[in-house]
Amino acid sequence: MSRQSNRTTDSKKMNSELFTLTYGALVTQLCKDYENDEEVNKQLDKMGYNIGVRLIEDFLARSSVGRCHDFRETADVIAKVAFKMYLGVTPSVTNWSPAGDEFSLILESNPLVDFVELPDNHSNLVYSSLLCGVLKGALEMVQMAVDVRFAQDTLRGDNVTEIRMKFIKRIEENVPAGDE
Amino acid sequence: MSQCCMLNYVVKCFVQENGRCVSKLENMGFRVGQGLIERFTKDTPRFKDELDVMKFICKDFWTSVFKKQIDNLRTNHQGIYVLQDNKFRLLTQLSAGKQHLEHAPKFLAFTCGLVRGALSNLGVKSIVTAEVSVMPACKFQVMIQKM
Repeated sequence: MSRQSNRTTDSKKMNSELFTLTYGALVTQLCKDYENDEEVNKQLDKMGYNIGVRLIEDFLARSSVGRCHDFRETADVIAKVAFKMYLGVTPSVTNWSPAGDEFSLILESNPLVDFVELPDNHSNLVYSSLLCGVLKGALEMVQMAVDVRFAQDTLRGDNVTEIRMKFIKRIEENVPAGDE
Repeated sequence: MSQCCMLNYVVKCFVQENGRCVSKLENMGFRVGQGLIERFTKDTPRFKDELDVMKFICKDFWTSVFKKQIDNLRTNHQGIYVLQDNKFRLLTQLSAGKQHLEHAPKFLAFTCGLVRGALSNLGVKSIVTAEVSVMPACKFQVMIQKM
């Protein structure tokens, strides 16, 4: 029976589709709630940040990755472990700046944008802005302030999706007042 | 598992940003349910009748989305169905503490929309509501609307 034999593959596909469809419904709802694309981008970024600050705990618990010694190691962990774990894709890490403080994640395919087309009146929408927020929030919890933005986006006509990540500074751990 | 996790976080965060958003969540669920059922039933044969559709929702659909089947399906054979999930996955991640219980309706609202959307694209118009009996068990009530 065709239904039964396809059950396991269908189930896996359904899961990623559930997430993709839910994200799409979320963005659609935000577009209805807010007047302009910039505001929606900001909201997605903010939500992503809230997700990231919690997701990092889940990630560290499940991946048993130790402390990264430098930004290059961080980049590798993000691409090969984190993206794989949560989005099922492994972006490539390229375009390092000479100072070693900036790199690109190149995604051949972005699971968030399956089935998605940007309508003409939303040309300023950075659909996957949530990801920027998640990365910023998660890294802030491990004492790294970073700037994350989309340099290329397949939804806006580019060949690949490119996320540019820049290290800003190390965040000192807060020591409560009165401690020696 | 991690997909459900992400989903959880996304819904939670959306919920925190917007005050009274139960109907928005239900609408989001509706859109998602419509999309999912379209993809899922692309190659399945036609359903015999309404009960067949509900069984599909309880078994195949619920398993694909929540990794388990509905535990109990009751009907009065006059268009009302009650679906009982004794360990509803979106609720198991909420701690049992009282301050979190207030969020339970929001997760249920999304799922009600999901079911309503799925049914809608199978040609069944309905109203879906939910109630939590004892965490994490909950019941979804489906009232078929004659078109």
